[in-house]
Amino acid sequence: MIPGVGLTEILIVSTLMFFLGVYGFVTRKNLITMLMSTELILNSVNINFVAFNKYLYPDQLQGHFFSLFVIAVAAAEVAVAIAIIINLYRNFQSVDVEDVAEMKY
Amino acid sequence: MDFSYTIWIPLLLLFSFLVTGLLGHKMKPIISGWIAIAAIGLSWLMSVNTAMRYFFDVGKVDGAYQTIIPLNPVWLNFSETLHINMGVLLDPISVMMLVVITTVSLMVYIYSLGYMKGEEGFARFYASLSLFSFSMLGLVIATNLFQMYIFWELVGLSSYLLIGYYYDKPSAVAASKKAFIVTRFADLGFLIGILLMSYLTGTFDFEALTDPSGSAMTQGAGAAFLGMSVMTWALVLIFLGGAGKSAMFPLHVWLPDAMEGPTPVSALIHAATMVVAGIYLVARLFPMFAIAAPTGLEIVAIVGAVSSLFAAIIACTQTDIKRILAYSTMSQLGYMMLALGVSGYGGEAGLGYMASMFHLFTHAMFKALLFLGAGAIIHAVHSNEMKDMGGLRKYMPITHATFLIACLAIAGIPPFAGFFSKDEILVAALHHNVIYFAIEYLVAGLTAFYMFRLYFGVFWGKEQKYHHAPHEAPFSMTVPLILLAVGSATAGFLPFGELVTSDRLALETHIHWEVAIPSILIALLGIGVAWRMYAKESDLPDRITQSFGSFYTWAYNKFYIDEIYQYITKSIIFKGISAPIAWFDKKVIDAAMDGIAWITNTVADAIKGIQSGQLQHYAFAFVSGAVALAMVFIYIMTS
Repeated sequence: MIPGVGLTEILIVSTLMFFLGVYGFVTRKNLITMLMSTELILNSVNINFVAFNKYLYPDQLQGHFFSLFVIAVAAAEVAVAIAIIINLYRNFQSVDVEDVAEMKY
Repeated sequence: MDFSYTIWIPLLLLFSFLVTGLLGHKMKPIISGWIAIAAIGLSWLMSVNTAMRYFFDVGKVDGAYQTIIPLNPVWLNFSETLHINMGVLLDPISVMMLVVITTVSLMVYIYSLGYMKGEEGFARFYASLSLFSFSMLGLVIATNLFQMYIFWELVGLSSYLLIGYYYDKPSAVAASKKAFIVTRFADLGFLIGILLMSYLTGTFDFEALTDPSGSAMTQGAGAAFLGMSVMTWALVLIFLGGAGKSAMFPLHVWLPDAMEGPTPVSALIHAATMVVAGIYLVARLFPMFAIAAPTGLEIVAIVGAVSSLFAAIIACTQTDIKRILAYSTMSQLGYMMLALGVSGYGGEAGLGYMASMFHLFTHAMFKALLFLGAGAIIHAVHSNEMKDMGGLRKYMPITHATFLIACLAIAGIPPFAGFFSKDEILVAALHHNVIYFAIEYLVAGLTAFYMFRLYFGVFWGKEQKYHHAPHEAPFSMTVPLILLAVGSATAGFLPFGELVTSDRLALETHIHWEVAIPSILIALLGIGVAWRMYAKESDLPDRITQSFGSFYTWAYNKFYIDEIYQYITKSIIFKGISAPIAWFDKKVIDAAMDGIAWITNTVADAIKGIQSGQLQHYAFAFVSGAVALAMVFIYIMTS
């Protein structure tokens, strides 16, 4: 625990990270950047898990395990997402989402 | 003694049906024929063996024949009280029917080897025949009404298949549909009757239903509907099913058309076996008719009498030889129905029952012989019309001799089979009501006339110019003719009264000469008239036809029954009921469904722009949705 830094400050940081991620996800056109934005969102959630665990229930470990679990799932998700992006690039020679708009009515 | 092997009598035919039906196209046609003949031959041996043992060895206990049920497993189990069995019931009439069916089947199977030679679908023919024999045998050994109903419908199905055997011929297709629909219509009555009866008595079992001192006899007698007790209604409805199968007036219209099928089929199904299923049904439930519903039995008698007279008149005017035989079948079936209708239960009063079964037995022999003989004639001259025939006795001596025996038998000339059974029927009718006797006496004369009109017209008369000289039928066809002729000549001497009676006790029978002599005389009169008119060419038939005038035209056109049905179905049912219903279906029900589909389509068309294909738009919608949901939850949690 860092002196002078309470739960509130950490939650402010994670909230900022979360909305930075959402903003990036909605505004960026590059698929790689969008993937990075989702990582930001996930990591903000991880911070929340760890912080709540540390400050509110210091004798328990569920928060830590959950964040480890989220990291593992995120790694798998990245692998799948990268594979999709590479395939898209092979077919469209682009990683821009606006060029990949075939799947509409 | 154990009779459980009797289950194989029908099952062998089922195997034959499966083998010839499924593998028939892989083997040589003649092989499938022989498989079916082997199956029916074994069934025949077992049936005859069963009959011998039943009638002369083990069936009789204290002078009365017992009902033996060697097998009766539960087939469908619904509840403690409601279950349907499938089993084997042996009593005098079912054992007699086993012998009749397997004998005629065996003859027809052998005959078909020659008659159907070289036809397309030879294996299919034998498969359908096997299916028919299987279902008919299953029908007669049924232990309960429901099993009988199942096999009853199977018989109707195989009849449909065989009438429509030449399925590329539109008239055959129409005839098979007509037969199926008319009998199906009658079977609706049968089904309602079964349900009513099981509701009243709580059982399907024949043994419980026909026990003369059982509780089934008195149930339903109290409640009345339209002047008849409910039990009478149930039996009349069941009789409706029987009347449909046995081509009783006014449900007879399908039988003459059914002659579109191959001639061996007409011999087996539409003369000797299937059409007597209705008679058999009434005989099977006879104790109920006689004890619980005498009114129902009177209806049976009236229908039988009307049918026999009606068909005999039409038969005198027809020119297609198979149709003449079809109307003659209907007339003889009317005889059997009438005999059942005038009979009482037990003792001397039960003479009609015994006479009916006796006539069923002898009729199967000589009518099958007549049809097979007609088949041999058609085979030789390639036509069904009497005008294309004449003077055939020189070309076809065996067919001629056997046909003559059959004609004498049906006309009731002693010592041939028909004389004995017809005599008993006339005596039974006379005991009951003199009007029935008068009708049947007249019919006996008409029968002799139209049969010998056919006989003289075909075998005597003016010789036609044939494309090639008609030849005698092959060996496989003449052997069954000869065997059946022997049967037709001698079957009358069986001591039938000792074997098959209404109360299972032996009945003393003797020839009633006071009835027999007048009936022989009227038969001889009929033959004489036919000889005078048709044995030599003359203009006498035309002059007589003209003197009858419009009555002849009516009879020639079968009293316009077909046209009346056409009018009722086409103009009244189709136009008055079906067309408005079809309109309602199209314009209201379908329109409502179409409207819903149209609304969905239009709305979807209007909002499909949302599916832009832009990932950002989806992501924005997703995030906004998540945020909105979060706000809602926060609001709910905090308030």
